[in-house]
Amino acid sequence: MKVQHDIVIVGAGLAGMRAAIAAAEKSDELSIAIIAKTYPIRCHSVCAEGGTAAVLREGDSFDLHAWDTVKGSDFLADQDAVEFFVRECPKEILRLDNWGCPWSRNEDGTIAQRPFGGHSFNRATFAKDRTGFHEVHTLYERMLMYDNIEIYPEYFITNLVIEENAVQGVSAIELKTGNLVFFEAKAVIFATGGAGRLYGFTTYSHQVTGDGLAIAYRNGIPLKDMEFFQFHPTGLIPSGILMTEGCRGEGGYLLNKDGERFMKRYAPEKMEIAPRDVVSRAMWTEIIEGRGLEGEYGPYIALDLRHLGEEKIEERLPLIRDAAIKFAGVDPVEEPIPVKPVAHYTMGGIHTNVRCETTVKGFFAAGECACVSIHGANRLGSNSTAECLVFGRVAGEVAAEYAMNAKQGRISEEFMKEEESRIYDGLLGKNGDESPYEIKKELNETMDKNMWIFREENGLKEAVKKIQELKERYKNVEINDKTRGFNTDLMMAIEIGYMLDLAEVVAIGALKRQESRGAHYRLDYPKRDDENWLKHTLAYYTPEGPRFDYIPVTITKWEPVERKY
Amino acid sequence: MAEFKIRRFDGKKSFWQTFEVPAKKGMTVLEGLYYIKENLDSSLAFRASCRMGICGSCAMKINGKPRLACETQILFLGDKITVEPLDNFRVIKDLITDFEGFFAKHKAVKPYLIREDVKYEEPKELLQTPEELNEYYVFTLCIKCGACYSVCPAAATLDGYLGPAAMAAAYRFCADSRDKGNEERYEIASSSNGVWRCHLAMECSEVCPKNVEPAKAVQMLRRKTAFSILKSILRW
Repeated sequence: MKVQHDIVIVGAGLAGMRAAIAAAEKSDELSIAIIAKTYPIRCHSVCAEGGTAAVLREGDSFDLHAWDTVKGSDFLADQDAVEFFVRECPKEILRLDNWGCPWSRNEDGTIAQRPFGGHSFNRATFAKDRTGFHEVHTLYERMLMYDNIEIYPEYFITNLVIEENAVQGVSAIELKTGNLVFFEAKAVIFATGGAGRLYGFTTYSHQVTGDGLAIAYRNGIPLKDMEFFQFHPTGLIPSGILMTEGCRGEGGYLLNKDGERFMKRYAPEKMEIAPRDVVSRAMWTEIIEGRGLEGEYGPYIALDLRHLGEEKIEERLPLIRDAAIKFAGVDPVEEPIPVKPVAHYTMGGIHTNVRCETTVKGFFAAGECACVSIHGANRLGSNSTAECLVFGRVAGEVAAEYAMNAKQGRISEEFMKEEESRIYDGLLGKNGDESPYEIKKELNETMDKNMWIFREENGLKEAVKKIQELKERYKNVEINDKTRGFNTDLMMAIEIGYMLDLAEVVAIGALKRQESRGAHYRLDYPKRDDENWLKHTLAYYTPEGPRFDYIPVTITKWEPVERKY
Repeated sequence: MAEFKIRRFDGKKSFWQTFEVPAKKGMTVLEGLYYIKENLDSSLAFRASCRMGICGSCAMKINGKPRLACETQILFLGDKITVEPLDNFRVIKDLITDFEGFFAKHKAVKPYLIREDVKYEEPKELLQTPEELNEYYVFTLCIKCGACYSVCPAAATLDGYLGPAAMAAAYRFCADSRDKGNEERYEIASSSNGVWRCHLAMECSEVCPKNVEPAKAVQMLRRKTAFSILKSILRW
């Protein structure tokens, strides 16, 4: 089946929905489709908890937010992009307010803000500790007001169509029926999120499998800086559920087995609210050196909120309390929460410029799947939801302008036949003796072991070898469910194929980068090396594996200096 | 070991199937379903995403009651688990039900802030005190999981009934001090598919995993719409 729209947005989280609204605001003549593998409000953005950064109050400044972001990025962020980004954040907060977001408030009725890691001003704007959830629902509900936005929920993307370096559309499986649907479009925006399910111990939703990243990559669009993966300091044990940085922003402590606030030895000034790479390394060091607490799931660190008192915890961190009770049997009012660092954010992504444009005409990317880059080697907490809003808007507007002057994309009969055959004969119909779930399990184990917080050459080489072995085995998978309608077995097998390609890029990129910067820490190269490595990684797909290239970082105001907190 | 008895549907017929799951302390029903899918029968179909009770994907009937599979621990329920799709929704496959109508009903109540003076290009901060926020905040917590709708006796007998989640959404905006769209929403809420169809069974509030209290929203809307009808009759 074929469908036509002016703009097709893939992904209905914060960035995708913000893009749809921006495009619809630009013109009510444009026909806009937003397709996603879940219903929009089931996206992973709902899991964002702590806040969204924005300069709203006197005493704060754009330069300060930009400097914090650049320093947090370990100087790998493009400073022109950061300067643009920080100026756009406040308007997005106010738009959400005007659209009904239940922001937490000060007594005088103004929008409240709180401290967050690596920020030198209290600029994390929040809606209790359900910030992402409320932002998503606000955008979704606002989106319902535009008649020219059509929502296609539960469509699973399979491919991107490009002819003569211009986008033509996408193909997706309508899950309910199992039919392959071809969307012809003038412009396509990917807002498909990160790739966190590469890891086993992760904060990510089950659905975050890097689909858009892998599809763009396979179609020749480079991925940037994929070796930089963020580990959030506080993942709940054993599930990995996020315990927001807001816990520490509101005054929570991290304690080792001696009851010591060990952060004083790693970041004496910022303590628990140093940036995430710094805190995660500190926690992991405590664990490795035997100062973690012992629990039934191995060593952990205590996140202590008791001194905040029940009233503040209920007012500011109700979800955290609820989740700790439900998923770990611990009431943070009574006892510390057992946590350890957890895979949390994909700094890398589809290579774009500050206008969300990629190397292909009419193809844009925004949100976590994109790499502009404003986060460089380490993202600051509360800058990701802000990025989705700011660059979702940019992508929507730029795509709208582009679509108003572009010709309709065309998907050939030949492509349709090939894609149908690739999925239904080549994958669903074939026999084999490998289980995709076993491959995924082994991939997760490799990532958790060799591409974790501390990396070194031998472990990375082992990981590359293992991933390549898994890729070979994947050629021999068999999908047991041979039916068409809502075949989640097929969907998950395809996702695992996407993840293997991405894992290879992460591992080889990490092996090549012989320095330590931000979240990428090499035990064998423990220093940042600006002379050789102050540059972005670009990975290009080839059938033999990724080919790497490097491009310079844009520096406007801030020369790299030593990073201390 | 826990015994999972699952009501399945393959598009034509429904049948029960039983699986043995090695249940550990803390293991959730959702983890049990993933265990089955990854090890015993990969054709089992269910929805899941966040696994932390915030995305609303995995509501299903577990031991006779609608719950989120991700936050229901197996051993709290014993070693026999019965899993079925939600009632009052058409089943598509196994535990996956059709939410199209549910979301259409949500949209029908105009669940967005209505104000004439909002400018897209130049947004302005609207003030709202913590007390004003508390007036409606609990109703913003709805994750649209469908648990309330699945136990609603009015929804079971009347297809068009908007249902508890949509009513909670309608009241959420009516009670927001920033909103100016009350009249439009009262009209929808008091229509033939609105609040007066509610049987006041209150089961919706009882099963809500987020304690949203849709039954209270229905009662508040009844009060407001009755007043609004009276006002129009008396031409105040």
